[in-house]
Amino acid sequence: MSALLLDDITCTFISRDDPAARYTAVRNASIAVGEGEFVSVVGPTGCGKSTLLNVAAGLLQPSSGDCKVFGKTLEGINSHAGYLFQTESLMPWRRALDNVIAGLQFRGVPKEEAVPRGEEWLARVGLAGFGGRYPHQLSGGQRKRVALAQCLILDPKIILMDEPFSALDVQTRQLMENELLELWAADRKSVLFITHDLEEAIALSDRVIVLSAGPETHPIGEFAIDLPRPRDVSEVRLTPRFLELHEKIWHAMKEEVLKGYRQQLKA
Amino acid sequence: MWKRLKPNRKNLRIYQVLILVLLLAFWYIGTNPNVPAIYFDDVNKAPFFFGEPLKVASRLWDWFYGGEIYAHLWVTLVETMLAFAIGTVAGLAIGLWLGLAPAWADVFDPFIKGANAMPRVILAPIFMVWFGLGIGSKVALGFTLVFFIVFFNVYQGVREVSPVVLANARMLGANNRQLLRSVYLPSAMSWVFASLHNAVGLAFVGAVVGEYLGSASGVGYLIHQAEGVFDINTVFAGIILLTVFAIVLDWIVGMIEKRLMVWQPRAGETERM
Repeated sequence: MSALLLDDITCTFISRDDPAARYTAVRNASIAVGEGEFVSVVGPTGCGKSTLLNVAAGLLQPSSGDCKVFGKTLEGINSHAGYLFQTESLMPWRRALDNVIAGLQFRGVPKEEAVPRGEEWLARVGLAGFGGRYPHQLSGGQRKRVALAQCLILDPKIILMDEPFSALDVQTRQLMENELLELWAADRKSVLFITHDLEEAIALSDRVIVLSAGPETHPIGEFAIDLPRPRDVSEVRLTPRFLELHEKIWHAMKEEVLKGYRQQLKA
Repeated sequence: MWKRLKPNRKNLRIYQVLILVLLLAFWYIGTNPNVPAIYFDDVNKAPFFFGEPLKVASRLWDWFYGGEIYAHLWVTLVETMLAFAIGTVAGLAIGLWLGLAPAWADVFDPFIKGANAMPRVILAPIFMVWFGLGIGSKVALGFTLVFFIVFFNVYQGVREVSPVVLANARMLGANNRQLLRSVYLPSAMSWVFASLHNAVGLAFVGAVVGEYLGSASGVGYLIHQAEGVFDINTVFAGIILLTVFAIVLDWIVGMIEKRLMVWQPRAGETERM
């Protein structure tokens, strides 16, 4: 049984101003994530990757198809899942620590119990002593760490990530990727990782799924990544096997990337 | 030399005091009967129209020293505070409600726009009839002015909540009440405070205009009485008094804002060594 199964999902958006205008972002897409598996989804920009992730999170109702979480059809918010967003998602009016323990508080955990756990998680993401800062007093990378702690403190069985590191500079990004792998290795959760960066996808994942260009996105290829773990994301990129995989997947992607690029130019 | 004279943080207060002194000096000289008239044909006309700063000051002194003013000031302040408090709470509540229920917002849209477009000071005479000449009619007038300002800002604030922050809170397990408390309210607060600065001034407008149109006490009443006998100095004294108190109230709002909005980024938080 998959931890997460997107079964034949189609998402058609209706324009608010003109109900006749329709845009089908995703058509007949099926993606499965096994328990403890790290799956990346890559695809050209604007191909509806985030749409798929929002369906998996329960934030978006698909037009047709089912989202199954541990075999059960999802209704409403996916309470088994944590979500790392691409853009700023922290509550700017809460200090870092209060952001980290927000989910615990929403679940009714008393504050005196939540605070030590929050501090422990802040330490785990390398931000011990930063709990009193407001998000705007932290750097972009630090904010991502807080968001990571905020998500992981709830111990979700599934983690959904929407290009969480795309806004970071290359060095910070590789550090964060390594830390993510370390945290993930500690208690293997199921991860659905969305990115447009193929190298990142290969370096992190057990499996890479390639999406077609939008509209009507669907998976067009699936590649098992057999690189040994534990990996160091900056070193693994230099191994011959990595380059081999990269070339293979890029070959499958290239056509779609160009298609997506042309469509963007037209739009 | 010029670099030193350029306004900066250090000489800010000096400049402000200087401008105040210049304004007062201009007023004093322009209205002094001993100085030859510039614009008017008679030296006594300028003080008649514009009052004299020293007499205005002595009027203020008399008010406070003689104790005549306290009752009036108290009435005006009570009217203002009541209008401000009731208008803010109502604006907050209804703004939150309509902001979170777009369907109802669409239903009420034309009525709200109409009520807001109406020149509401016109309602003052009606409120006199409804609520009498006491503080009720003034609070009602101030309320109509304050309510819409706060309402529109809260409404806007709720709609401009970052969808990502909202989605994140939902993913973290917040129910609707928790979303309201932890996301919508704090997010709307920055808009609310922006509106409260305007609202304080308008609450005063409501109280004073109400008193002006019909009352037996309050600073607006004093101004109206003085105007009836062409006592311009008293009118100016009343205006200055109201201005000072409006500034004080605005300052209090600013202090509360500073306390509650510490999370907001401010530009340039570095210190020059």
